[in-house]
Amino acid sequence: MDALTVHRIHFAFTITFHYLFPQLTMGLALLIVVLKTLALRTGNPHYNQAARFWAKIFAVNFAMGVVTGIPMEFQFGTNWARFSKAAGGVIGQTLAMEGVFSFFLESSFLGAFIYGEKRLSPKAHWVAAFLVFLGSWLSGFFIIATDAWMQHPTGYLLTAKGEILLTSIWGLLLNPWVFWQYLHNMIGALVTASFVMASVGAFYLLSRRHESFGRTFVRIGVIAGGISCCLMLFPTGDRQGKNIAFHQPVTLAAMEGLFHTEQGAPLTILGQPDMAQQRLDNPLTVPDALSFLTYQRWKAEVRGLADFPRELWPDNIPLLYYSYHIMVGLGTLFIAVMLVAAFQLQRGALYGSRPMLWTLMLALPFPYIATTAGWITAEVGRQPWLIYGILRTSDGTSARVAEGNALFSLIGFMGMYTLLAILFLFLVHREIDHGPEE
Amino acid sequence: METFWFCAVAVMIAAYVVLDGFDLGAGILHLFVARTAEERRAVLASIGPVWDGNEVWLLAAGGTLYFAFPALYASSFSGFYLPLMMVLWLLILRGIAIEFRNHIEGPVWAPLWDVVFSGASALLAIFFGAALGNVVRGVPLDASGYFFLPLWTDFSAGPNAGILDWYTVLIAVAAFLTLAEHGALWVALKTEGVVETRARRAAAGLWWSVAAAVILITIVSFRVQPHLGESFANRPWGYVFPLLAIAGLLLMKFSKGLRAFLGSCAFLVGMLTSVVFGVYPDVLPSIGDPSLSLTVTNAAAPRYGLEVGILWFLPGIALALGYFVFTYRSFSGKVRL
Ligand code: HDD
Ligand code: HEM
Ligand code: HEM
Repeated sequence: MDALTVHRIHFAFTITFHYLFPQLTMGLALLIVVLKTLALRTGNPHYNQAARFWAKIFAVNFAMGVVTGIPMEFQFGTNWARFSKAAGGVIGQTLAMEGVFSFFLESSFLGAFIYGEKRLSPKAHWVAAFLVFLGSWLSGFFIIATDAWMQHPTGYLLTAKGEILLTSIWGLLLNPWVFWQYLHNMIGALVTASFVMASVGAFYLLSRRHESFGRTFVRIGVIAGGISCCLMLFPTGDRQGKNIAFHQPVTLAAMEGLFHTEQGAPLTILGQPDMAQQRLDNPLTVPDALSFLTYQRWKAEVRGLADFPRELWPDNIPLLYYSYHIMVGLGTLFIAVMLVAAFQLQRGALYGSRPMLWTLMLALPFPYIATTAGWITAEVGRQPWLIYGILRTSDGTSARVAEGNALFSLIGFMGMYTLLAILFLFLVHREIDHGPEE
Repeated sequence: METFWFCAVAVMIAAYVVLDGFDLGAGILHLFVARTAEERRAVLASIGPVWDGNEVWLLAAGGTLYFAFPALYASSFSGFYLPLMMVLWLLILRGIAIEFRNHIEGPVWAPLWDVVFSGASALLAIFFGAALGNVVRGVPLDASGYFFLPLWTDFSAGPNAGILDWYTVLIAVAAFLTLAEHGALWVALKTEGVVETRARRAAAGLWWSVAAAVILITIVSFRVQPHLGESFANRPWGYVFPLLAIAGLLLMKFSKGLRAFLGSCAFLVGMLTSVVFGVYPDVLPSIGDPSLSLTVTNAAAPRYGLEVGILWFLPGIALALGYFVFTYRSFSGKVRL
């Protein structure tokens, strides 16, 4: 392995692990606000008790997000020094804003929310929950704005010496890429939280424990999940795809496994990209659909990989292709599951439908898989660029950090995170097993 | 403009050291001042609701450093690669030790995390001290502004230095003692009964070693980094910073409770600002060729970014201070379990 590969795996591994936690934090923060609102509206202590249960899971998850988040911020300097020196004046803005505006907010009011229920009035406690939600969603915004700038740089000037100058802070914050990416990503966090809530509820109903809570969790999970899953496909996923078609056409071709330019390009459902033969093996496709989805015309031309110089191709096309198809495939299944569940809920048949409860319970890992696959699509699709069109990934690493040293810390993180994962699952399992009853 | 951001970063780092410093100090003393399960819970409760917010100062300082001085961020973070990775692992261990310990009662779980908490806190204090020592001593910067330091070489503070040499180890020990003292005063302030008594006794005992360490490191620092002496000679008003430190040190000795703790805060701020004042306008001195040093001007980001930064930074920090006042007020007085 060369140093570049180690640095890339280092970043990919640590960010993928980190993001397993904030996606639940951000989604759950919203659902906890929903529970607290129901408690205020109905005056029913059941909802407060439910909120306390989720707050415990939230706290463990949040702690994991915090301890794995700090390495992310450090890594820009430790492993990507040349990138940091070139772009720090731009993306440092959003990263510093995240610390100043959201981490302080979140960490201050989480304490008030978790420890303060007895001392605060019900309204004040609702406000604390809301501020935690606000902090986590702001945090998501600043980090997505950072990523969006790397996908689609705006508001900057490239000098002759190769320096990147920020010229407009609004260009950075209101980057046209941010809007859909932020919505898609945050609604994705809500999908994760909805599935987790519904899954725990289904588990309680199937094991005939804490059944009143089980019903609440399934109901809220299915309603929030039904809405959010549909929003993932349309408009947010659709608009992300259009952004890519417009600004990163070579990435689109790679994601779709489209090797040759076609008028009336097909949408691939299944198939394996065969890099040696430059074609898709065993294709199962919907004719003309890709052209229509991208340009609203059935016979529009979509450019294939062969139209672009090789050195602009993403460097791992099969991985990009599969992760994209896993995300979209799972997204479609989620819509189907949630809509059927919502239909049964409306008919009053859901809590007794064992097949559906089993499905919901076992669905738990899949939103995590879809989210991770989505990020791999975004990040591998950006290759070979670190900042699209400006800085190549190979020019961004720390030149003075040798491969052996980077491997040392990569192995260290792998060991450390294995330990963290075991502890996390153990503690969350205990909380779920103990249940909301006090 | 660069100087404004230099001061902003220095103030944020000082805020981090003062605030997370007492978390670390409480961790260092945890096993000694608290023996029973209940006593240990009291020490943890004294930092439980605030430690995460305190740690955010490190992140905010890092983020500010990143956008205001990207060349410094890139150079120092990649150059101190190995110790920073270890700092990250220690921060992870400390964080989960605090957060996970109280989830389960029992004779195996809690003592394990107590030891992890204490060990990680102690090592963090030592690493942060060594880092400060490295910044004062300087690093072997190359022409492109980068360096890479091994953990140790021959322990001389010369051109072939490692991260750990006799000088940086000395600073590390001083930092360890100072933060232990700071933590002892905090724990004494927040707890009652035997824990308070033991913390008070620890603080009184540590004071002499802190005072001795300060005298020693002051003398050797001026020899290792001659630039410090020049700064104070050229701008004598800078003596207010060491005077603040001395005042804090005396206050720690001759008063009790909140005042002694504030004395310790003043001492930490005074020591840090003295160092910062002493190395200014360098931000990372080079060992060897002084023209390679990173300075506030050659490491700073371009002007526009620094200017708009102020527009969001000042209100943002004002808000953050507001949250801190709220948190510490709702958490004032002795901890109740
Ligand atoms: C629960 C998770 C989840 C689900 C069900 C979906 N997505 Fe997604 N998707 C994400 C989670 C995600 C993500 C992890 O949140 C990404 C990565 C970057 C981002 O902003 O969101 C993402 C990115 C992302 C991108 C941008 C990739 C890039 O920036 O290069 C596109 C085009 C789509 N998605 C499209 C879709 C479509 C058409 C879906 C149909 C149902 C879909 N996603 C479901
Ligand atoms: C603000 C958010 C993010 C930023 C700034 C960012 C930045 C980066 C950087 C600097 C790299 C290394 C260079 C490279 O190999 O491409 C990278 C790679 C990667 N990131 Fe992200 N990332 C962000 C979010 C995420 C998230 C949340 C995930 C997944 C959960 C993710 C997954 C990956 C993966 C899988 C790679 C490896 C790509 C490859 O090696 O080809 N990223 N990203
Ligand atoms: C390279 C990219 C990233 C960096 C540098 C980073 C940095 C951090 C840091 C330092 C923390 C700890 C904050 C604290 O002490 O309270 C944290 C937590 C968090 N991060 Fe990340 N992060 C990255 C990617 C992401 C992404 C892609 C998201 C979501 C879109 C995200 C959302 C959050 C949230 C909501 C938290 C709060 C704690 C939690 O929910 O677990 N982060 N992150």
